[in-house]
Amino acid sequence: MSATYEPVIVGFLCNWCSYRAADLAGTARLHYAPNMRPIRVMCSGRVEPDLVLKAFREGADGVLIAGCHPGECHYIEGNLKALRRYVLLKQLIRQWGIEPERLQLVWASASEGTVLAAAVNRMTEQLRALGPLRWQQTVLGGDGRPVAAAVPKAEAMATTMPEEA
Amino acid sequence: MAGNGKPKFAMYWAASCGGCEIAVLNIGDKILAVDEAFDIAFWPCAADFKVKDVESYPDGYIDLCLFNGGIRNSENEEMAHLLRRKSKVLVAFGSCAHEGCIPALANLTTPEAIFRAAYLNNISTENPKRVVPQPVTKVPEGELHIPVFYDRVRALDQVVAVDYIIPGCPPEPHQIWNVLEAVISGTPLPPPGSTIIGAGKVAVCEECPLEKHEKTITRFYRPYEIVPEPGLCLLEQGLFCMGPATRSGCNARCPRVGMGCRGCYGPLDGVEDQGARMLAALASVVGVGTLRDEEPKLEPLIEEVMETLVDPAGTLYRYSMAHSLLQRARVETGSSAAGGVR
Ligand code: SF4
Ligand code: FES
Repeated sequence: MSATYEPVIVGFLCNWCSYRAADLAGTARLHYAPNMRPIRVMCSGRVEPDLVLKAFREGADGVLIAGCHPGECHYIEGNLKALRRYVLLKQLIRQWGIEPERLQLVWASASEGTVLAAAVNRMTEQLRALGPLRWQQTVLGGDGRPVAAAVPKAEAMATTMPEEA
Repeated sequence: MAGNGKPKFAMYWAASCGGCEIAVLNIGDKILAVDEAFDIAFWPCAADFKVKDVESYPDGYIDLCLFNGGIRNSENEEMAHLLRRKSKVLVAFGSCAHEGCIPALANLTTPEAIFRAAYLNNISTENPKRVVPQPVTKVPEGELHIPVFYDRVRALDQVVAVDYIIPGCPPEPHQIWNVLEAVISGTPLPPPGSTIIGAGKVAVCEECPLEKHEKTITRFYRPYEIVPEPGLCLLEQGLFCMGPATRSGCNARCPRVGMGCRGCYGPLDGVEDQGARMLAALASVVGVGTLRDEEPKLEPLIEEVMETLVDPAGTLYRYSMAHSLLQRARVETGSSAAGGVR
């Protein structure tokens, strides 16, 4: 991890609450981490799981989904759908070797600029501790081509690969 | 072989189980029509050919090559390049060549863990000297070379340009015949370029006779845990079914007999990542976590339900791992830890 690593968070913010919360944080001149790239969506329920995976593949270190509090979604239950997807996505990305902290969800109403700012600050620090994700380079091997697997030598295998119980 | 004017046919198998070869024979006595129409130029499973035979053909000599299997090692890759060069029409035949299939589930783990499981810690393997195959081995007679194992399985079109894809694990006989018949009769195929043929465009659900009633579920069951109510959608009974995210063409073979679709025809038209699409569908069928629940209770309630879906990555991406958005798990190379595999 280089000393200059700045985490990149892709933030999906719902138009009716969280995007306004971000707006409010701005007009109120709140100081918070500049690491989130906000993307305005109509509802947190609009965030299809493939958008999250694509963000990770294309270089995001973390993804933040922000929406209205349960009961306040403008499309009634879009945020509950978002929550169900988020819970399963979290279980899924763990199997892909992505730490669960890299995907977060926060409810922030239009008046909760501070809540959103605090979530971004907290997540930025967590991602800083985790280090960069850089999917293309570290997992897919730069140009996306696979590399020959390093197969340990038979002798080395015998000493470095003890029996598993 | 040559000189009789018949179009040349080839079939080859890379990282796959061999079922695709059998699937071609499943077209029954129509195989005689295939034999009648084509001259077999290379089909190691059915007739005695060597790689040097293929090498000796001029480029573009083979008219139709069905390539099944994913790209797991250097031999698979070399054969993919060779057959691409020698074939006018190259078809990714079956799920392994299309999107990785079962062999690509290994993309969730490390090569080292695979070797350990295959050669060392395996109850049916006797290997007291703990010998593990090496790409190059020195023996008194000289050097032995075997193919190099890659760090992940790739689909055929991630390695060479593919004209058509016939999906399925394995492709359904009637679909195989549809395609072969078109080729034999000279019916023009759609424009090439990883074009899906021999399948539908919509979701398996649309071919499925089981009724949907927009019912929600409170947990998932594994197939052995319950006996499904006949005539009703399996997913709405809590039995995992990939129907909503999977391409039609099989005539909903599995749901029809009470087994949820496993997803072998890959994502339907317009969907890039089959698992992500299915995940979205699951979120709609789970009815737990409603506006009646208090905000802090929502997440744990939903978690409990989702945990009843065992092995989400292996289930949602059972066939499409190599072609998914993330393609393989992030694992420390050289460590024996098998990524996040549970
Ligand atoms: S059983 Fe599966 S394929 Fe049939 S309608 Fe239900 S989800 Fe769709
Ligand atoms: S409108 Fe804000 S979460 Fe649905």
